[in-house]
Amino acid sequence: MITIDRVTKSYGGFTAVDDVSFTAEPGRVTGFLGPNGAGKSTTMRVLVGLTAATSGRAEVCGRAFRDLPNPGREVGVLLDASAQHAGRTGREILTVAQRTMGLPEHRVEEMLSRVGLTPTEAGRRVRDYSLGMRQRLGIATALLGDPAVLILDEPANGLDPAGIRWMRDLLRGYADAGATVLLSSHLLHEIEVVADDLVVIGSGRIVAQGTKADLLRSAGTLVRTPDRGALAAALTAAGIGHAPVAGIGGADALRVEADPAYVGRVAHRADVTLVELRAAETAGLEEMFLELTAHDQREGEAA
Amino acid sequence: MSTIALETVRRPARTATYAPIPLSRIVAVELRKSFDTRTGFWLVTGIGIASVLATVGVVLFAAPAQLTFSTFTLAIGFPLAVILPMIAILSVTGEWSQRTGLTTFTLVPHRGRVVLAKAFVAVSLAMVSMLGAFVVGALGNVVGARVAGVPAVWNLDVVTLFDIVLANVLVVLFGFMLGVLIRGSAGAIVAYFVYAFLMPTVTDLLAANQQWFHDLQPWVDPAIAQHELFHGALTVEQWSQLGLTSLIWLVVPLLVGLRVLLRSEVK
Repeated sequence: MITIDRVTKSYGGFTAVDDVSFTAEPGRVTGFLGPNGAGKSTTMRVLVGLTAATSGRAEVCGRAFRDLPNPGREVGVLLDASAQHAGRTGREILTVAQRTMGLPEHRVEEMLSRVGLTPTEAGRRVRDYSLGMRQRLGIATALLGDPAVLILDEPANGLDPAGIRWMRDLLRGYADAGATVLLSSHLLHEIEVVADDLVVIGSGRIVAQGTKADLLRSAGTLVRTPDRGALAAALTAAGIGHAPVAGIGGADALRVEADPAYVGRVAHRADVTLVELRAAETAGLEEMFLELTAHDQREGEAA
Repeated sequence: MSTIALETVRRPARTATYAPIPLSRIVAVELRKSFDTRTGFWLVTGIGIASVLATVGVVLFAAPAQLTFSTFTLAIGFPLAVILPMIAILSVTGEWSQRTGLTTFTLVPHRGRVVLAKAFVAVSLAMVSMLGAFVVGALGNVVGARVAGVPAVWNLDVVTLFDIVLANVLVVLFGFMLGVLIRGSAGAIVAYFVYAFLMPTVTDLLAANQQWFHDLQPWVDPAIAQHELFHGALTVEQWSQLGLTSLIWLVVPLLVGLRVLLRSEVK
């Protein structure tokens, strides 16, 4: 359980995080989504006590992070996989964490094989690691204490497609076992496939949050037709909201605030040919994401 | 877009309680971190190598009259006084310049405990190294006297040995303070060399040419009293000067640095 309660962080006149509140529930993967510089990392640093909030409270497991007696046992944190001493070996970095948490030594080898680092790789210095290997090592450090809460900032960065798939399954498995998983990304697709709940942030403010199902439902239907004008007129006549979709390319797409069956019926009655008709999953959410964040970014530049 | 409240599905949370991390464990981890990089390994190994080289140098090149325990100890002590503060500086600044602080301070959120453990390790390393230097120096003294065919001269008493250890601890704490205050490896190391090698030249010049500073110098220049410590047996006045200069140049900046460090953002 993670609770962020009205957290604000200002640097002089600049507000990096502006009155942000959300919770991440046990047994669910919460995706923290926003473009670069939106305040995701700052919020996560406030959560784990690396950055002091200007106002507001952040709690993990019902306590401020600094009040956890042995934080690594309760909260697994990966903020930046590159933030490691380049001169230490992967195994040594895990050993330092294992000793700090007071865990048995065999946990180190267990975690290495869990994240797929071979003994040879583990014996190499981190300066010779690819970003993907650093990411795996960072995840191993986060999982080392078998925590019930995971806080991961952009964990899929640098992973290859197989690695991303592995990470997704791992996080799903953790959440299904009852863990609270909070992960951030600036890539919608990456989050969409694994998250149960979404928190979307832009320019330091939360612009949308809810279950993925709710947010997707509000995205409606995506329909493509060679005769967009006629379909738009028929939809307007039926009292259904719709909008052209610029984000997915082609001037023939509409996003409609109704389910696909209903849109199909309207098109049929109006005798309009459809070339595609489906629930506007990715497209809808992506549209929303682009819209919300682009709007916020423009505001940010104007300010 | 309206903001939709998260649906609250509460599931039983694990309610295990964990014992707090004892300071002794943090000290052990910080000690390990002083050795486990190539830089750390060679700095610590360098202490041993420098001690042996200094001893061999004295045996080979010193005149028979100079073959005393004091000569050996000073010869070994000099490289130590350069290397030990570097270890202290890097132990602190590495958390920022190598960004390991992100992990260190999330595993131990009370940064003061980590800094205390680092100070403890730096001071212990200084004391152990100096005791090692005395042993190597004593061996050198015995061997050197044997080679030169003169009786070994044991011209250092326990008080002086204690003062030499104290002097090295102060030197190490000074480096530690600069690490805490500056939190960047390059900056802290440059600052240390300015303090250790440039400042004495400047202050001595000033003292030689300005009578008012000449009288004031022992009370404001930490190098004077520390230098005396290496030769042992301080007077009460010298102890007060050591105390005052350490307060001004060590304790106050350390407290300022700590205050900033505890609140600063770790990125």
